[in-house]
Amino acid sequence: MKLNLRIWRQDGPNDSGRLENYTVENVSPDESFLEMLDELNEKLVSEGKEPVAFDHDCREGICGMCSMFINGEAHGPDRAITTCQLHMRRFKDGDTITIEPWRAAAFPVIKDLVVDRTAFDRIIQAGGFVSVNTSGNTIDANALPINKADADNAFDAATCIGCGACVATCKNSSAMLFVSAKVSQLALLPQGKVERQERVLNMVEKMDEEGFGNCSNTGACEVECPKEISLDNIARMNREYLKASLSSEK
Amino acid sequence: MSNSALLKSSLAKKYWMSITGLFLILFLIGHLAGNIPLMFEINRETAHGFNEYAKFMSENPLVQIVAWVVKIAILFHAVDGVLLTMQNNKARPVKYKVENANANSSWFSRAMMPMGLLIFAFICIHLVNFWAEMHYGSIPTYKVRGEEYRDLYTVVMKFFGKDELAIMWISIYILGMVALAFHLIHGFQSAFQSVGLRHKKYTPIIEKIGYAFAIIVPLIFALIPIVIHIRVNG
Amino acid sequence: MTKLDAKIPEGPLKDKWTNFKNNCRLVNPANKRSIDVIVVGTGLAGGSAAASLAEMGYNVKAFCFQDSARRAHSIAAQGGINAAKNYQNDGDSTYRLFYDTVKGGDYRSREANVYRLAEVSANIIDQCVAQGVPFAREYGGLLDNRSFGGVQVQRTFYAKGQTGQQLLLGAYSALSRQVGKGKIAMYSRHEMMELVVVDGKARGIIARNLVTGEIQRHSAHAVLICSGGYGNVFYLSTNAMGSNGSAAWKIHKKGAYFANPCYNQIHPTCLPRTSEHQSKLTLMSESLRNDGRIWVPKKMEDVEAIRSGAKKPKDLPAEDRDYYLERRYPAFGNLVPRDVASRAAKERCDAGFGVNKTGEAVFLDFASAIERYGKEKALQEGEDTNNMALVRELGKEVVKAKYGNLFQMYEKITDDNPYETPMKIYPAIHYTMGGIWVDYNLMTTIPGCYALGEANFSDHGANRLGASALMQGLADGYFVIPYTIGDYLADDIRTGEIPTDTKEFDEAEKEVRDRIEKLMNNKGSKSVDSLHRRLGKIMWEYCGMARNEEGLKTAIKEIRALREEFWNDVFIPGKADGLNPELEKACRVADFMELGELMCVDALNRTESCGGHFREESQTEEGEAMRNDKDFTFVSAWEYTGDPSEAKLHKEELKYENIELKTRSYK
Repeated sequence: MKLNLRIWRQDGPNDSGRLENYTVENVSPDESFLEMLDELNEKLVSEGKEPVAFDHDCREGICGMCSMFINGEAHGPDRAITTCQLHMRRFKDGDTITIEPWRAAAFPVIKDLVVDRTAFDRIIQAGGFVSVNTSGNTIDANALPINKADADNAFDAATCIGCGACVATCKNSSAMLFVSAKVSQLALLPQGKVERQERVLNMVEKMDEEGFGNCSNTGACEVECPKEISLDNIARMNREYLKASLSSEK
Repeated sequence: MSNSALLKSSLAKKYWMSITGLFLILFLIGHLAGNIPLMFEINRETAHGFNEYAKFMSENPLVQIVAWVVKIAILFHAVDGVLLTMQNNKARPVKYKVENANANSSWFSRAMMPMGLLIFAFICIHLVNFWAEMHYGSIPTYKVRGEEYRDLYTVVMKFFGKDELAIMWISIYILGMVALAFHLIHGFQSAFQSVGLRHKKYTPIIEKIGYAFAIIVPLIFALIPIVIHIRVNG
Repeated sequence: MTKLDAKIPEGPLKDKWTNFKNNCRLVNPANKRSIDVIVVGTGLAGGSAAASLAEMGYNVKAFCFQDSARRAHSIAAQGGINAAKNYQNDGDSTYRLFYDTVKGGDYRSREANVYRLAEVSANIIDQCVAQGVPFAREYGGLLDNRSFGGVQVQRTFYAKGQTGQQLLLGAYSALSRQVGKGKIAMYSRHEMMELVVVDGKARGIIARNLVTGEIQRHSAHAVLICSGGYGNVFYLSTNAMGSNGSAAWKIHKKGAYFANPCYNQIHPTCLPRTSEHQSKLTLMSESLRNDGRIWVPKKMEDVEAIRSGAKKPKDLPAEDRDYYLERRYPAFGNLVPRDVASRAAKERCDAGFGVNKTGEAVFLDFASAIERYGKEKALQEGEDTNNMALVRELGKEVVKAKYGNLFQMYEKITDDNPYETPMKIYPAIHYTMGGIWVDYNLMTTIPGCYALGEANFSDHGANRLGASALMQGLADGYFVIPYTIGDYLADDIRTGEIPTDTKEFDEAEKEVRDRIEKLMNNKGSKSVDSLHRRLGKIMWEYCGMARNEEGLKTAIKEIRALREEFWNDVFIPGKADGLNPELEKACRVADFMELGELMCVDALNRTESCGGHFREESQTEEGEAMRNDKDFTFVSAWEYTGDPSEAKLHKEELKYENIELKTRSYK
């Protein structure tokens, strides 16, 4: 296959950036999208040019590092996968593919397609945990039975990989799906219920502070989420927050 | 009560959006019920019935309070919407060059702001046309058993039937109702989601009711001027 | 230092750890506040260590090269984590977990360490549940277990196929909590470039900010290396693209001995390589071997017909298929340990029976399982068990419920539907049992420098059992280092902050700057990846699943030549004072070029076969691995002397006082 690529190039956070055109040839349909970019980069290096910077690591869809807006969609046209799991057979010979970084004020571009997602870390630091110290003497794991449905729902929420596709996709750059996944996981489990009020208040406060937009329930995040995190979580967080803000003494 | 949480946070803004929205949905039902008689056959009885209703609506103290609450709700809903939209625009200062948003969401769910603006404009026009007329305009009056009635009915009939701009007004009203329909298709179920009312069993039902409501209510509203025009001229 | 002292505590095996804890020195809470600890890497070992130490009161600085601590490659572990809880009442115990691990490691691990690992395993589960890790549960609300890799009890705790992710996010949230409290300074997108040794003790690191290119000095009273394994020496592996051996290699060059570098685990069920441009080999969980049958055609003409597409594998009659694992190992069949299954696949493919275009793939077939489950289901539901179309449909449903996400992943990558046609799989490098030599306290041969998790060597011997890597990483970080580090830091309560304006820091920083400058100014003609790929080929060819003297000698020669070529002809575009992924890769590959050589040196020296290390010269007549306990019951710990080939060998004798050495047999 021969493909025309339009890739966002930006030297640094202060550069304004622009789309540049490239062509790649002899692309095999069995290649992954990132391998296709590897090839482009090797070509650029062999021409003495600077390769396209992009984030990637595990290349099996779990680390959440890869982040590309491909032809107008987060992680490209396929569903329930990350960019590293996207394969070139999804495209046709002669296609033009536009590749842009995640766009959000809270995710500033570092270089080319690489963005800074530490805002997510700071939200977790604000409350995405159970305050329990390491100890060999917590209660026995089976001393606290947990309803299987709750445990399963908590797990589904916990599979979030923190890639930021929800923010990238949302027309408002809202981080509600990400934040609500963590709030839900811990609100569903008895271990997390102890500090559920402070958690949701603090995490939402931090989320707002970081400059994410608001949720307008378009549902785009759920569709583009590589782990298919459900909007149920956003509703659950809305409930949690409402309860917490009404009853909190702060 | 947490001040910052219930007033300033992004979620609080959504709650207010939702609560005012749901309240305005209730208002729509009441408003529609009161106006349906306008579609009935044109005669003295329907005319007087409607004028009685108009009198009640403009004089009953309780209704006056509700009416002001509705106006405040509309304003609140609108201002809150503008604030949210401004914040949302700020959250993405650099836009995508290529965005295939239709792949993951419906256009009307993304168009709440433009639809809302259209509806707001429509409401202003509508208020000037009738509410202002009723309260401050010079409407012909008549008396029944000693009570004075303002003949709003005739004003409406003239407005949609005989006025030289009738067709334009009808078009504006239809356009307003189309905007309302799309605003409601998303807004109805979205209001429930925003306050966390989501359930595997009930949400699909809410969605269906919302869809039906969003189509039926504006449709009937839109039919009123059309039917009047046909009856008056037919 | 010629004699290695493992510092194993006195007393009977089961009391050693308790004795240690009862007698080790402690640092009081007020003093902990004035002690700094650097943690390099934020996977299960590093994340849990950083969180635990910060909770105790130490000032922690944590470093990771990823953009967030949550992305460390522990996240990709699928299957589960072992713990001797005996929830299933099937006879599990600390001793059994200990015994299985030592045996699984082919009797090349240190008894005391493994026993301690088994001992704290139960606490890990308690700790993780308390943190809110959503393990799989039964309907009664209690934890579920499954069986894993050739043990006879059900002791594996899991969270669907994402156990590593859930455990890592647990450690990450504990770490995040301490970052929020200001007890951990988190440096993401930073890479450790050098260890700083002051007066013989590890006192800091030189790090590079990968975003700005800034070279930074960080001092501490102790440095923990939790940087994972070095499987990416092979270029293609199941490791993440960024996984590297540089932190380990840097401390090795500063005096830490490197133990058993030749012990590498090759995982039998990975997706085969398809093209030159492949960047990564994807693992398919070991659990698939519970139901999948592995085979290649018996006849060469069928192999060719399948390769050319003239025949479909599912049309090949049973009598023309060679279920070689069932044939060779009737007792364990498709569930032999990883090393055995991998070698058997290689043997068939070397004989020419590989089923894909490159000749490096075998089939993993679920047709029998689909039929078996389908019949069971049909029987349960009162359907006609002779209606094969219905039976297959029902069977597919059952298989989908068990392995759905793996099947989907396979289909996404290969475009083949594994419900209809057998999967193609081939072994790939997965884990490195070898690593930095540490004593019982996890301290390396550099005082104050520790190695945890996959980066050390101590617990898995020559082969790691499934679901044990997660256990070890968390054991080291949550429960071992918090005790053992205090014993060392007790001497540092009066030291005060370590200054960074000393000549040791000057020198270390200069080394880093010189190296980067050399790479940037090289202006050669070859990309880092092209050289790395060539290194990988040499390693896989000569130091992969089977090794022999001649091959290893060739490999050493070729690696040395390649290393020279690397330093003469590598080309790094861009600048050093900003984000430059090519420079990052070059720094890592430069270290792989040396580490790879040491692996070959170690493999050459160990003329026996054991676990993941198979020397062709040391096999039985039937082609099975043959250990040589008389000459090789020791740990090879290599001391750097300036050249990997000149590394000095130190031997730590392995004493088995509680376990009798036996030949592993799976016949």
